[in-house]
Amino acid sequence: MQEHEHDHAHDAHAPINDGHELTYYEKRVYAIQSLLIEKGLVTADEVRRAVEDMDSRTPALGAKVVARAWVDPAFKARLLADAKAAVAELGIDTGALSTLVAIENTDRVHNVVVCTLCSCYPRPILGLPPDWYKSLHYRSRVVVDPRGVLKEFGLELEQGAEVKVYDSTADMRYLVIPARPAGTDHMSEEELASLVTRDSMIGVTRARMPEK
Amino acid sequence: MAAKFKPGDKVRVRIGSPPRHFRTPQYIQGKTGSVAAVHGAFRNPESLAYGGDGLPKQFLYLVRFEQTQVWEQYSTSLQDTLFIDIYEHWLEPA
Repeated sequence: MQEHEHDHAHDAHAPINDGHELTYYEKRVYAIQSLLIEKGLVTADEVRRAVEDMDSRTPALGAKVVARAWVDPAFKARLLADAKAAVAELGIDTGALSTLVAIENTDRVHNVVVCTLCSCYPRPILGLPPDWYKSLHYRSRVVVDPRGVLKEFGLELEQGAEVKVYDSTADMRYLVIPARPAGTDHMSEEELASLVTRDSMIGVTRARMPEK
Repeated sequence: MAAKFKPGDKVRVRIGSPPRHFRTPQYIQGKTGSVAAVHGAFRNPESLAYGGDGLPKQFLYLVRFEQTQVWEQYSTSLQDTLFIDIYEHWLEPA
């Protein structure tokens, strides 16, 4: 190995190793993957590409969609009517996702999404779900006490607002379009997208307020 | 094949816990709501889960419930609602 200048400490962090004991399901997945490759049903490169594609999906895609909906009422109408087709207009391929449904938050209506059975989530447009979304705690409580759970996320809703919980138990994937914050009239579509966070598209919070 | 229910129809969720995969959470079983939307027909996950072909397809509905009808303890001063996707064979007219 070539010598290099040591202006940084190599022992400042814990040793990097991922040598944990494989779990039952990890072993099973590796075994099935090896068999599929061995039998020529998929190639290792196809598996790698699928993982790479999944890892490239982030909430930035959803934010782009929401920002467009905020500035373009006709696009928003198409998004609410057929979200899969509308996001395709922005070059976002939702591929295997069966059906995407956009639901709109307003001053009066607050939608929040959960999958009480597992972890159904609009992955092609938001990436992988956060750990809390998959937790039994969130899944079991947000249906019965949505206001209490939202409060824990820092969002207190007025009594008169209607809280709608969406439990995605089947083939539908729900994307919340958060309400556009006040005082953002001067902002560009790109600047608006920076206000749209992952959590606001799940519905546990609002879009960020612009910095003064 | 036509959908059995249309938006606005009152429906009750069937009660059951078959010893196999199903997608109708127990908390909503036996509750009465109304059809908010007909999503269309989809392959039946109760068959797909076991390598079946999921046919015949089942109509899938978005069903709307008043939270106060789902949970006894839900504050009656609130207008909150719950929307959940339910396959047709789990619904009966109410």
